[in-house]
Amino acid sequence: MAAKQSHRVGDHPLVKWTLIIVTLLLTSILLVVPLVGIFHQAFALGAAHYWASIADSYTLHAILLTLFVAALTVPLNLVFGIMLAWAVTRFQFPGRKLLMTLMDIPFAVSPVVAGLLYLLLYGRNGWIGSWLDEHSIQLMFAWPGIVMVTVFVTCPFVARELIPLMQQHGREEEEAAVILGASGWQVFRRVTFPNIKWALLYGVILTNARAVGEFGAVSVVSGSIRGETNTLPLHVQLLYQDESVAAFASASLLAGIALLTLIIKALVEWRQSRQDKLANAEPLVVADKVGS
Amino acid sequence: MSSSVVNSNDMRRPRHKRVLPGLGLTLGTSVLFISLILLLPLSGLVMQTAEMGWERYWFVITDPQVVASYRLTLVSALWASLFNGVFGLLLAWVLVRYEFPGRRLLDALVDLPFALPTAVAGITLATLYSDEGWYGGWLSGELGIQVAYTPLGVVIAMAFTSIPFVVRTVQPVLEEMAVEEEEAGMTLGASDWTVFRRILLPSLWPALVTGAALSFTRSLGEFGAVIFIAGNMPYVSEVTSLMIFMRLQEFDFAAASAIASVVLGVSLLLLLLINIWQARFLRRFQGR
Repeated sequence: MAAKQSHRVGDHPLVKWTLIIVTLLLTSILLVVPLVGIFHQAFALGAAHYWASIADSYTLHAILLTLFVAALTVPLNLVFGIMLAWAVTRFQFPGRKLLMTLMDIPFAVSPVVAGLLYLLLYGRNGWIGSWLDEHSIQLMFAWPGIVMVTVFVTCPFVARELIPLMQQHGREEEEAAVILGASGWQVFRRVTFPNIKWALLYGVILTNARAVGEFGAVSVVSGSIRGETNTLPLHVQLLYQDESVAAFASASLLAGIALLTLIIKALVEWRQSRQDKLANAEPLVVADKVGS
Repeated sequence: MSSSVVNSNDMRRPRHKRVLPGLGLTLGTSVLFISLILLLPLSGLVMQTAEMGWERYWFVITDPQVVASYRLTLVSALWASLFNGVFGLLLAWVLVRYEFPGRRLLDALVDLPFALPTAVAGITLATLYSDEGWYGGWLSGELGIQVAYTPLGVVIAMAFTSIPFVVRTVQPVLEEMAVEEEEAGMTLGASDWTVFRRILLPSLWPALVTGAALSFTRSLGEFGAVIFIAGNMPYVSEVTSLMIFMRLQEFDFAAASAIASVVLGVSLLLLLLINIWQARFLRRFQGR
């Protein structure tokens, strides 16, 4: 069978297919079965029961609150991500490396610690919180607190997607556009944006996925009041303690969002690689893009 | 918006390289944003722990139950990242080197642990590995291995949430790797394993270590996925994140902050080390 000597490591069919089968088997055990398990449990008592769990008023409130939090968080971090990526990839300034390291901190910080940081500062005993309390503004154990910690936890995603791409593209096209008389906004909209739109979309999708699913940080600052400050992941936890089928029904919605995220990611990667191929194939005419 | 600023800049300093507008706006916004959402809250933690006094601080962070949680968290995170080092390398290898039906699907699936909310991962793993679950029933019935409510459960939850790190750091390096050395080794008659160990692994090593370190850092702070399967038994299966959470529920903010400062210190140190390691590795990589 192996009469022909293979030229790269692991090219032998026996090695190749053993590795592929082992990988597929492990992936099924570790990833696929847990995913299928969510939907299996959610529908354990039938579709009618499933819909009844979703249509529960507390569940509906949790869904709406979660969407509301994501709707505030994503645009905020989108703007921040673009600003930061522009600053660190288009200019050299002292502290640039430090800024990029600081941006990574939310990824390294435990979500519970993130929640704690905000509780200490804005809670009733915190030095900003006590001042707010005197003016009867409550941020913690209310939706603003949930939004604040979610912004913290998700803030690196957009910038992290954009920075490598914008660094790779360089700033020549944008500089040419400025010399040709384009304003800052025009440069961004006509030159930068078309190059980064897929990475931007992916950053938004990741931010959204994490904003919708954040658990640790939110559970510290939310107080988990049903019908008030209970987001969908917290609702899953509350339900899991007494009626696990209903918990899995709510969890299946979050799993659905996760699957959608993976699908969009695969599409974005496909578009991005096609765009890169096109960009390599034909020289870009910058003046054409800025003109009109 | 700031084209006039750029023009005046150009006139005053004609040889200056800065042509693009927006430095003030974008840098200003970024610094303000990072100060408000990151540095200000961090200062709150520093102040809270500074108020405590050294003796009380030391007492809180060396409480035997807390120390047991450090040990569990560190050891579990270590096992989880070791497992992911091997499994992640295997996944990256198979995804880059081979064509087979379902490859793209597998590639997309790798990111599931990042996309799936941790609480959802937590309850599905806890159910699977419980005694009535698909895995747990078989493992405890046939093999006598108890997973739920044991440290092993913690390892499994940590490993699940950090699978993508190693794959996504090793994959690009494996894709870019030059084939000449590898082919030379093969032509000279070395076995697959020898070429892999002597030629491929040394090039993959920095990315592998980076990925495993990221996976380790993530596992140290993991909360949502762990608490359901761990069962949270004092001294046995309580992770440090949970200790912080419990102190907060007792409204003991000072103790929560003290333990959090330990966790935060370790995470930041790891982040710094990873950054230094990556910078060194990138220099070597580009230097070639």
